Amino acid sequence: MTTTTAAPVAAGPVAPTRTARARSRRNLWSALLFLSPWIVGFLVFTLWPVLYSAYLSLTDYDVINDPRFIGLENYRDMAADPKIALALTNTVVYTVLAVPLHVVGALGLALLLERAGRSSGFFRTAFFLPKMTPPVAVGVLVLLLFNGQNGLVNEALGAVGVQGPYWTTDQAWIKPALVLMSMWTIGSTVIILLAALRQVPSELYDAARVDGAGFWRRTFAVTVPMISGTLFFVVVVNTIAAFQMFTEAYTAFFGSGNTTYANEAALFYVIYLFQQGFENLNMGYASAMAWLLFVIILAVTLVQLAVSKRVVYYEGDQK
Amino acid sequence: MTRRVGRPLVLAALVAATVVFVYPFVWLVSASFKPRGEVFDNRLVPETFTLDNYVQVWREVPMAQWLGNTTLVTVLAGITVTLSSAAVAWGFAYFRFRGRGFLFGLVLATMMLPGAVTLIPTYLIWKELGFVGTLTPLWAGNLFGSAFYIFLIRQFFLGLPRELFEAAQLDGAGNWTIFRAIALPLARPALVLTLLFETQAAWTDLMRPLIYVQDSDKFTVPRGLKALLDQYGFGGEWHWEIVVTASVIATLPMILLFFVGQRHFVQGIATTGSKG
Repeated sequence: MTTTTAAPVAAGPVAPTRTARARSRRNLWSALLFLSPWIVGFLVFTLWPVLYSAYLSLTDYDVINDPRFIGLENYRDMAADPKIALALTNTVVYTVLAVPLHVVGALGLALLLERAGRSSGFFRTAFFLPKMTPPVAVGVLVLLLFNGQNGLVNEALGAVGVQGPYWTTDQAWIKPALVLMSMWTIGSTVIILLAALRQVPSELYDAARVDGAGFWRRTFAVTVPMISGTLFFVVVVNTIAAFQMFTEAYTAFFGSGNTTYANEAALFYVIYLFQQGFENLNMGYASAMAWLLFVIILAVTLVQLAVSKRVVYYEGDQK
Repeated sequence: MTRRVGRPLVLAALVAATVVFVYPFVWLVSASFKPRGEVFDNRLVPETFTLDNYVQVWREVPMAQWLGNTTLVTVLAGITVTLSSAAVAWGFAYFRFRGRGFLFGLVLATMMLPGAVTLIPTYLIWKELGFVGTLTPLWAGNLFGSAFYIFLIRQFFLGLPRELFEAAQLDGAGNWTIFRAIALPLARPALVLTLLFETQAAWTDLMRPLIYVQDSDKFTVPRGLKALLDQYGFGGEWHWEIVVTASVIATLPMILLFFVGQRHFVQGIATTGSKG
């Protein structure tokens, strides 16, 4: 390693020389050059859209004519729009059903995988596979598997003597069908939780076992507290995703050709927003809807954060 | 003690779960080989095996065109987002400058913003630029990097020994050379993961094709599948065998991708999850 004539790397509290200053200026320009894709993208595809969307939410805009400023009228209309209330209710019901089921189901599978030993790799692969199915195809599967007449789900229920409902046409059963179908794609949550489980020090289990704690007691007194940080992450991410449910429900219950199903029960918030914005060309109204969604997601996340401060345990060496 | 008793039960439960997770695939593939009248008979092995559905989908639908469109969009989306995110991640990981913390905070903040908020103005930008009706809006946004991948790759860069880059600098290597010749090759695991994630996201996306392309010859496979469902699943023409077969065609490339990149997917998900 020969030291060439290159200037020494600026280090320590040495007074900045002219070359060092020039060098750090050059460095700043290099840094900005590397960051430039993101800076341009942020200004053009995030900052401007956010500001413009806020402005559009105060206008009447149909893409063809210029936006017409109407103040808070969109928001007042939303308060009076029964479909907003319906879409919000549907979305909340779906979220409240789906998130706990996903997290508990994924935790159960992760606990099983952890005890599977060497074969866990095979099962992990099997569980993750559905996650690769395009959501459109999952939407198609909802219609096929949950079909009331000859769907696989009802056939399986029939085999144990249960008469299954008309999942895809009965308003009361559409959301449960979508929730159950969405359970099919919990593979990535399982993998995240499994990774967390493997980091729990085994001495803790041994100690608990010596103290006479059984499986359930160990799970709730050791495992769950030790992975509560990851559990919290999974709850937040799943909640945000559930609030933005679109493709599966849109595929199965909406679209140009669909006159078969009465689909009130599957009208989720983002679907209604999409319809308002791109089917009815009410872009101002849809922008106002987007902002309401943003506020709701933000509020829910902040509440979850506040709750997590009380219940999440972080190990000393994690930040 | 309990361990030994529990183990067969654990395995039985895992096998049962595996059946639940894998069965819908098997059912779908099997149904795609059944003639029209038998699609819904729920038999695992088709009573009458036929390839007609595939022939029919191939003949009546521009499936080759859709596959070509999706491949083009997916490849461009994957490559652009990986390279641009890597460059930005390097900018945040390597250089020290004032305001870096603030800027990186902004990157993270954009991850929290629901897509719905920027949906309409973004559409207006592409419309203004004259790209609505083309495939460009389906991938070109990726030229500017993506917050999640920037975060992911930056984490990886931060884990590399800094002395390596300082040594190269002493040897007279410029910033660009250090990035291209040293940092990028070392970051391969993170880049592969980004490429895989984005390939999956771009291949399976429905909302953007719904918004940006109207003509059937510009459809991606998911958009085409949705159109087939609207035509043959709902309404008058009931040809579910076509919908089922197209679903298999839409899914198979992702399954292949999964088996190629399985290790990276699983590791990537495990590490990104536990660091959140």
